[in-house]
Amino acid sequence: MALVELRNVSKIYRLGDEEIRALDDVTLDIDAGEFISIIGPSGSGKSTLMHILGCLDSPSKGTIQLDGVMIQNASPRELAAIRNRKIGFVFQFFNLLPKLTVMQNVELPMIYSGIGGKERRERSMAALEAVGLANRAKHRPSQLSGGQQQRAAIARALVNNPRIVFADEPTGNLDSHTGEAILQLFRKLSQEGRTIVLVTHDPEIAAVTPRRIEIRDGKIAVKIDLALAGLDRVAQSMPQPAGAP
Amino acid sequence: MKSTSLPLQDIEISSAQIWITVQTGLREIWSHKFRSVLTMLGIILGVSSLVAMSAMVSGMEKGAKEALIAIGGLEKVRVEAQDLPIEQRYLSDQAVGITMNDVYALRESAPLVTRISPEMRVPATFSANGKRFRPWNCVGVWPVAVEMNEHVVQYGRMFNKMDDEMARSVCVIGTATRDALWGSPEKTGEEVNPVGQTVFINGLPFTVIGMFQQYESEQDRKLRELAKAQQSNQKGGVARNRGWGRGRGGGAFGFKNRTVYLPLNTVWMKFRSGATWAAVTAGGNTAPAGATGDPRLSSLELKIESVDLLPESLQQIRNVLMSTHKGIEDFTFRTQEDWAEQIKTFVHNARLSGGLIAGISLLVGGIGIMNIMLASISERVREIGIRKSVGAATSDIFIQILVESVVIAILGGLAGLATSFGLVQMIRSFSPTDNAPIVTITALGVAFGFSVLVGVLAGIFPAIKASRLNPIQALRYD
Repeated sequence: MALVELRNVSKIYRLGDEEIRALDDVTLDIDAGEFISIIGPSGSGKSTLMHILGCLDSPSKGTIQLDGVMIQNASPRELAAIRNRKIGFVFQFFNLLPKLTVMQNVELPMIYSGIGGKERRERSMAALEAVGLANRAKHRPSQLSGGQQQRAAIARALVNNPRIVFADEPTGNLDSHTGEAILQLFRKLSQEGRTIVLVTHDPEIAAVTPRRIEIRDGKIAVKIDLALAGLDRVAQSMPQPAGAP
Repeated sequence: MKSTSLPLQDIEISSAQIWITVQTGLREIWSHKFRSVLTMLGIILGVSSLVAMSAMVSGMEKGAKEALIAIGGLEKVRVEAQDLPIEQRYLSDQAVGITMNDVYALRESAPLVTRISPEMRVPATFSANGKRFRPWNCVGVWPVAVEMNEHVVQYGRMFNKMDDEMARSVCVIGTATRDALWGSPEKTGEEVNPVGQTVFINGLPFTVIGMFQQYESEQDRKLRELAKAQQSNQKGGVARNRGWGRGRGGGAFGFKNRTVYLPLNTVWMKFRSGATWAAVTAGGNTAPAGATGDPRLSSLELKIESVDLLPESLQQIRNVLMSTHKGIEDFTFRTQEDWAEQIKTFVHNARLSGGLIAGISLLVGGIGIMNIMLASISERVREIGIRKSVGAATSDIFIQILVESVVIAILGGLAGLATSFGLVQMIRSFSPTDNAPIVTITALGVAFGFSVLVGVLAGIFPAIKASRLNPIQALRYD
């Protein structure tokens, strides 16, 4: 059984009389341990797909099974609990809380899962070590570089040991060199067995993942656009990063 | 879909989590110090005005109760003469009035009455030392009147049974009489002891054998002692100090100071029986033929067993008096209950109106908190989105905002309690002396409780608003 099973999922918004199908009858399986990218231009519905996969949103139609649990009809409270325990998010703008230290930011998910102070500190320290930020634990996010902030955000996403990590344009706000390092980190995590979903519009970034899904007009594109998927340049020589010489 | 299939449906909110939330709230308040202090100001003013108002009312209540005790307490019942009721008017020539017969009858047949003190009032003019004075209350009484009216003899003694039996020409005076005839300590600079002096009452010579102490409220006493201490530092400042004795001229204490007691029999013999002074001194000691005299007492003062038994006691007294008065109702009762009731009503009203005003200012403070919380959450939409994306449930956000609001209210409440002491000190410095404000624990507790309540109420709406934010939109928000 796949870790995530989407069956005929649609998300329909209404703008006055008009019906907007942000997602249209999407069926998708993601297996545990997969490193997968969802690509598509802006407005294609890839963000909506990520929100539904990430339990931030509920579908209008269809069923989702995450880790063996059907969640399309879950209450907001249950969704919050699932986000907390089974899902980690990494965002384009890092989304660290500026008033908290890096350590406190990483502890945040564990506060909502009611983990005691000592264990919180140990686990967040371990997560920071895993992303190479242990020496910055007491700093504020504003004292860190963009790449370090994104590492802190990744540590926060991993600290509750989620089943699946979603990264929404994780390198979008970083220079190419730093972005490279962040992608390396994701690849390392993938090799450690994490399930990672990379959401991006950039085919070069998508090229680091073995599997790519392209979203176009709310549907999974049947025929993969080689250029968009980055397959025209990247051969099967994984884990060579995209655009690398 | 049944929710039971979800393994993690309920996150229990532990006390540790609440503590983290409180810390978050404190951090938030600390990062906006000025704004938070301004917000708290509303609560501070509300709480301190509530405490100060209650302290003022408590002070007034205490002043009134002190006065009530000074005139004999609640157990005192006064029987006074009264016009006959309309249906008994035709019997008016049969009415005997209140007499010593009533006293004896009550003593025998009214066990709920513990003390009886008959009073025979004399309109009297005192003269001595070349001065004249008309005391408010010159009455012939039994020695028991001292205990009855809570008098304390400072100099000399109260007259005793023997003085009464022998109808001796002796009197016990209050300080007002002394002050008028021989000068007050403040004017003369020394305490005059009038015991042994002769005073002429309506022209008849009496010996002063005792004087009561100066009656005054707690506050007046303190002020007087203060004035005395200051006086000793000033040279020749004796007559200059005026105005501190406000309470002396008026009020229950002032009236009490203007009391003069004569033995009941003396009053009867010399002023009421119809015997002339000449006849008495001639040794006859009886009323000459044809002289009728007036045996009626002006009033009876009764002390009953306890206030709880007041209705029963009144009924018993009434039964006895109805029999001695042959069913003619020419008497009436006066109890301190009415006064006590009035004090209660007044205090109640003052509490209510003062509480209302302070409550409104607390409400305004609460609106201030709500306002600032709404501003705060619209600044923190992104933060709320982040918290939700890492797993904060609606209830977690709700509690966070509510706790912040309550923390502001609690800090404001505590600061308000501290401020209230200063405010009370200020009021004390210019309030009337009898009614110095008293801060009670209850008032502090109630005011603080209300501030917390206001914090909760003010936080609910912003907390609901914050908790309902859609995480997707909140994350997009810049």
